[in-house]
Amino acid sequence: MTQVLEIDRLTKGFSLHHLEKDIPAFKEISFDVAAGEFVLLKGANGAGKSTLLRTLYRSYLPLSGEIRFHSSHGLIDLARAADVDVAHLRRTEIGFVTQFLTARPRVSAEAIVAEPLRLAGWEPEAALEAARKALATFGVKPDLWAAYPTTFSGGEQQKVNLARALILPQKLLMLDEPTASLDANARGALVARLKELKDQGTAMIGVFHHPDDVMHLIDRVVDLTPDAAPQEERDDVAL
Amino acid sequence: MTLTLDAPRIVETRPLLEVHGVSKSYGPVQAVRNVSAHAYPGEVLGIVGESGSGKSTLLRMMNLEEIPETGSYTLDLPDVSGNLFELDRFARRMLCATKIGIVYQNPHLGLLMKHSSSGNVAERLLVAGERSFATLRQAATEALDASEFPLDRLDAPPIELSGGMQQRVQLAKAIALEPALLLLDEPTTGLDVSVQALVLDTLKRLQQDRQITMVIVSHDLGVIRTLADRVMVMRRGEVVETGLADQIFQDPQHPYTQQLVHAKL
Repeated sequence: MTQVLEIDRLTKGFSLHHLEKDIPAFKEISFDVAAGEFVLLKGANGAGKSTLLRTLYRSYLPLSGEIRFHSSHGLIDLARAADVDVAHLRRTEIGFVTQFLTARPRVSAEAIVAEPLRLAGWEPEAALEAARKALATFGVKPDLWAAYPTTFSGGEQQKVNLARALILPQKLLMLDEPTASLDANARGALVARLKELKDQGTAMIGVFHHPDDVMHLIDRVVDLTPDAAPQEERDDVAL
Repeated sequence: MTLTLDAPRIVETRPLLEVHGVSKSYGPVQAVRNVSAHAYPGEVLGIVGESGSGKSTLLRMMNLEEIPETGSYTLDLPDVSGNLFELDRFARRMLCATKIGIVYQNPHLGLLMKHSSSGNVAERLLVAGERSFATLRQAATEALDASEFPLDRLDAPPIELSGGMQQRVQLAKAIALEPALLLLDEPTTGLDVSVQALVLDTLKRLQQDRQITMVIVSHDLGVIRTLADRVMVMRRGEVVETGLADQIFQDPQHPYTQQLVHAKL
């Protein structure tokens, strides 16, 4: 199996200066993720699941440890990579899916979805064409494609968000509760798209409160509860 | 403490803009103290800090309006070389007119308030040597259109326009010569929130369509969050922290940045 990510004794905590307090998040987490592998993060609320995803994406700065990512430019430690390198990898190889859309005023749904393709160098028309296809897959009606998502309902915004986040096949994809507030059809489309990406070799790390939908995609569970057995094979776990 | 970051390894292009070790005092007040900054081609660098942090002084240095006592400034562009602080007045003016655009918080600083809006934009082109009236008019109209200025008001002087429209004229003037670098000094401060959103959107659009490198100074964290890829936090003339925009807002490291981020409504 081709390794994509090697997380090595990764530690994160927050120093809140005004309280003169250090709040630990997780300590010395180690696990690997291979191409096409789907890892589910487990642990009670506050165990640091979302914090770990954000640390891997470098929205949070780790305190110590390494995040060795096998990029198309070679091995790079995301814990120490220069900001500009991280920004480049986010445009090209590392994706992050949340339940929130960052809608911008006066930007149409199709333009928002096409944006990652544009940033990756696609021609405007081809990018829009692919964007419309993705919107259709997630069940956004054609009337809405040219409309501004700022006015959409939460559920519709979420579909636009997913279409955007998943349009460009990435090497590594972080999923932070993407199924929250989705209707059954959109959940189905999401799972189908994840399966497609997984088959194409995208490595995925996900947090799901209700992992039933993605159960059949999960290869491995990593438990972040302190002192838990660090890794369990998918078949052994009752979720 | 956190880890020290490595030098870039994947991105091999050089920064478009590099300011190194600049300091500037006004009498006993040290406005900027040994500050270094850089911006890569197409990148939006946000500089935040409260009044008196030195952020606007730094921006004026990047526009060569202010020359520091120490330090260097380079732009990685064809036929631009050396420390730009050492250029003579004429060369400085030419460089600013052709390579750098600026939008000030106060439109009076950037515009002739009683001349027509299109004339204000065309003036930029005149400085750069364009003389044909038809070309001037055409280029000014295109720049105003790209800034989403209503073209039926081309001949209205800025003094008759709303604050949001005045900022669009400034923006049109700034981008008329397709500068490599666009400097923005509190471009939306003092505008109504709804107008602010429109101006921000125009900036975002321009940035995506033209891949202009931008440096934006603001005390408004919302503005910085909307536009910037990377953020530099200044306090009392010094840089206290730099990082990716989402990291600065979600996981600020320095006590001052934490205070700043948490003070936001």
